[in-house]
Amino acid sequence: MSKKSHLGLKFFTVREITGPLLFCESVTGVGFGEVVQVITPRGGEQIGQVIDISDEVTVIQVFEGTAGLSVESTAVRFTGETIKLPVSMDMFGRMFTGTGKPADGGPNILPEKYLDIHAPTINPYSREHPTKFIQTGISVIDGLNTLLLGQKLPLLSGTGLPHKLLASQIVRQAKVVGEEEGFTIVFAALGITSDEVTFFRNDFLKMGAMGKVVMFVNRAEEPAIERILTPRMALTAAEYFAFEHNLDVLVILVDMTNYCEALREISASRLEIPGRRGYPGYMYTDLATLYERAGIIKGKKGSVTQMPILTMPDDDITHPIADLTSYITEGQIILDREMFKKGTYPPIDPLPCLSRLMDKGIGAGKTRDDHKQLSDQLYYAYAEGKIVQGTALVSGEKALTSTDKLYLKFMERFEREFISQGFNENRDIEDTLNIGWTLLSILPKSELTRIEPSIIKKYHPNHEKEDSK
Amino acid sequence: MSKKISGKVSRIAGSFVTAKGMSGAQMFELVKVGEAGVIGEIIRLQGKVAVIQAYEETEGIKLGEKVFGTGKPLSVELGPGLIGQIFDGVQRPLTVISNMYGPLIKRGVEALALDRKKKWAFKPTLKKGTKVTGGDFVGSIQETSLIKNRIMVPPTISGVISDISSEGKYTITDPIAEVRTSGGLESLFLMHTWPVRKPRPYKTMLSPTEPLLSGQRIIDSFFPVAKGGIAATTGGFGTGKTVVLQTLAIWVDADVVVYIGCGERGNEMADVLDRFSKLKLGSSNQSLMNRTIFVANVSNMPIVAREASIYTGISLAEYYRDMGYNVALMADSTSRWAEALREISGRLEEMPGEEGYPAYLASRLAEFYARAGQVQTIGNEDRQGSITVLAAISPPGGDFSEPVTTNTLRIAKVFWALDFALAHRRHFPAINWFMSYSENLPMLEPWFAKVEKDWQKLCNEARTLLKEEEELREIVALIGAEILGDKQRSVFETAKMLKEYFLLQNAFHPVDAYCPIAKTYKMLRTFLKFYDKTKIAIDSGVPLVNILSLPIREKLSRLKTTPTEEFDSVYLEIDKEMNEQFENLESESSGGEDQI
Ligand SMILES: Nc1ncnc2c1ncn2[C@@H]1O[C@H](COP(=O)(O)OP(=O)(O)O)[C@@H](O)[C@H]1O
Ligand SMILES: [Mg+2]
Repeated sequence: MSKKSHLGLKFFTVREITGPLLFCESVTGVGFGEVVQVITPRGGEQIGQVIDISDEVTVIQVFEGTAGLSVESTAVRFTGETIKLPVSMDMFGRMFTGTGKPADGGPNILPEKYLDIHAPTINPYSREHPTKFIQTGISVIDGLNTLLLGQKLPLLSGTGLPHKLLASQIVRQAKVVGEEEGFTIVFAALGITSDEVTFFRNDFLKMGAMGKVVMFVNRAEEPAIERILTPRMALTAAEYFAFEHNLDVLVILVDMTNYCEALREISASRLEIPGRRGYPGYMYTDLATLYERAGIIKGKKGSVTQMPILTMPDDDITHPIADLTSYITEGQIILDREMFKKGTYPPIDPLPCLSRLMDKGIGAGKTRDDHKQLSDQLYYAYAEGKIVQGTALVSGEKALTSTDKLYLKFMERFEREFISQGFNENRDIEDTLNIGWTLLSILPKSELTRIEPSIIKKYHPNHEKEDSK
Repeated sequence: MSKKISGKVSRIAGSFVTAKGMSGAQMFELVKVGEAGVIGEIIRLQGKVAVIQAYEETEGIKLGEKVFGTGKPLSVELGPGLIGQIFDGVQRPLTVISNMYGPLIKRGVEALALDRKKKWAFKPTLKKGTKVTGGDFVGSIQETSLIKNRIMVPPTISGVISDISSEGKYTITDPIAEVRTSGGLESLFLMHTWPVRKPRPYKTMLSPTEPLLSGQRIIDSFFPVAKGGIAATTGGFGTGKTVVLQTLAIWVDADVVVYIGCGERGNEMADVLDRFSKLKLGSSNQSLMNRTIFVANVSNMPIVAREASIYTGISLAEYYRDMGYNVALMADSTSRWAEALREISGRLEEMPGEEGYPAYLASRLAEFYARAGQVQTIGNEDRQGSITVLAAISPPGGDFSEPVTTNTLRIAKVFWALDFALAHRRHFPAINWFMSYSENLPMLEPWFAKVEKDWQKLCNEARTLLKEEEELREIVALIGAEILGDKQRSVFETAKMLKEYFLLQNAFHPVDAYCPIAKTYKMLRTFLKFYDKTKIAIDSGVPLVNILSLPIREKLSRLKTTPTEEFDSVYLEIDKEMNEQFENLESESSGGEDQI
């Protein structure tokens, strides 16, 4: 197989096992980052990777967990290879483990290629900036935080909030207007429960979309450390479909919080100096190597759009996982506990939400010429309404001016009519924008300072009426 | 030249390689590791053992592989051809790499920063026999339509010109002059190299006197930065740091702009490159690319090269400063640089300081920022140049008390504090007018006073009005709006006008994106005049509602989107109409009183 002497041999050189790490005596010829087969005392095989190597000791990170391994009877076999995923178009409709093995009882795929799961960086100069609008049919996203093809936009949620429903609605409804080919979906489950996996799988089946879906599944009860590989497997498959088969791929990574916990676990077992709240100092960079794998490449047809989902511990947006994610991704959609308590679906407070790429994908010829200004005005009005609401709570209605009261009314109707919509309600962009205008007409026209007069004239429902009086 | 060292790999952990048998190696020397020739830099020496930080992936490197020294520290190539380029953190040209190797940056790709084949039209300006010292101009090259590159004697060389080429076309490696130095003959080329971690020398540091005009109303009026100053813009994610820096890169009145994307998004670099290649500089017909250099080491590129990127960037800036240019350098984000520093320090198992950052974070920041400033450049000729540094800081959790922010603010004199609350209501730029400050203001006052005598007075009035509104708001929240008289309500109304029509500025609007200083002044004057007139009218008994329904208000809201060419006439017209409408109001209301 290879001229290199150490390859293929079994070495019983394990000296210590800590957390997911094996410490072994070093063998000449072993390369940094190389894949190791760890042979368990019972003869099973697990994959590991060399993460530190010196004359004295080789540190191996075992991806399927170290439970059941012993110092005396565990062997390691070096492969001289980096971690690779076998890929082919036959992967569609299939489910794989978190390390890329078939998990649906089906046969191994016939690989067209083996791809390194650590993709090289896309040269920033070779990136094509996203410009195509994805209609999700959800007003608060399409109208105020538009998602574009090739964007990375996370859903930041909390425990018990309906991010699964929302994700499933987005998957069901998302389309690039004017393009027939829908999305193909690469779904990575990271430490979620079997129930949740089943929820998504049934959902895909119901949609009749299973033939367009590839699933990589690491369940909650499966080794945490495997989660380090799972998103990389998923993204490698996605890139293959997008950049070698011209498909528009939507990658769903759920739940990134579990991924980060695994990262913290490894860091702790390596006795690294912890950063903020115990997470490793390199978490930003590590997350960036995942999230930056979204995008479009000049001269290629396909695209990778990412929707990572994470539950914020304590609903805390300043928690490192949510914070770093939002620092890397191109915006964030935040599910809000208060909205949820009020029974609003989707429970999204638009104020802290953002789509950084929105401006590039909306406007005349893409959505509608009034989109940007309308969105800015709705933002302003809703924020103003919230301030008024705060004042009213503290000092009662008497503290409000007549304009204040209109803002309050606007705010309430905005939540009821614009933000709220059914789980099966698919609004096209025209509908969304029109609802926005109807609500803005609650306010005096003189308040609409973020919209140009020509746009007001064109779209304001009461334009003629007010002018004639 | 010292003998080239060679050792053997004895440990690899992440991007850190330890090598033994490295006798003769120097700190910060550039080395090549293993068969793949991975480039790295020596960051620790203990006896014959060197710790190397690699600029590329270390995957596949094996124990015992050879390590070769290059004999020099990480350096940049300085010469014509820099402008309009996009480099990574260690000055590899990303355009060339893309053309040669495709869209993915694979390991071990090599490309020289400057084009060796291109011929430049060189015009000598010195004669044989002239005594020269570092920084003196030997000749010039029109590098781009906007920038004349002055070929300088490198800072380390002085002597007498013993030979100089005649006017003609040369590549950057053709010798174009010869200097007889005390140590022998030295050839000069169109390019020279410079170690990035070493500041280029200057004669004296001067105190800045001129503003770096940005075309952004809130910056130019309330919080201006001087040419040669340092401004930090801080805010949580999505508050507008990147847009502020990009907007300034487009509009500032600097000669050369160096834009460093340090550990941030790939798409942002794609966007900025795309926009810059389409945009024209001001009203000229010149592409913005003709004055801009990009350094892009995005978040998923090696962190070690990220750490180096700001030094690479500022060395390029110093090179053009030395030619006598005003250079503006944007670094987005210095927090990512600091994090790289922290990661490197962590791997070296150094004692961590606050938040895990190494104890030398503050001194490294100070050393970097000390390279900004307005200087008397080296060279016999009397010449000044400047570097203004505009840095983004991304505090975790939006908390300004973290080490990178606090340590930077000890050095930066200008602070643009970005505010979640403003960003959430889409008020951009989300520069908080209470928290931000400019300590450059006093030294710039004379300059502004020359533009308009009452410039400072107007700015202060506007800021006082905003402060008053804030205080009133607190009172109202406690006791309600009922108690407000028209005078106080007018504070709300005019403050709102100021915020919406003046401070709010859309960086993506074709007209609003850039506001010339004269326009900023006139707009401010108009709003404050409206406020004055409102107060007088209320005093003479005019109800506020009548003032608010004046048709002029609508026109005031459109001032910012009035194109520069039309602005002066519109301004005069508005001024006239405002006077008339207020006069009418007052006569109406006093007429009304007569009837009673
Ligand atoms: N001056 C501005 N004008 C218009 N929009 C802006 C402005 N500044 C920021 N924005 C909006 O805010 C978003 C986030 O800004 P950005 O600079 O990327 O934030 P940060 O770098 O602080 O994370 C942008 O995508 C844009 O939509
Ligand atoms: Mg940014």
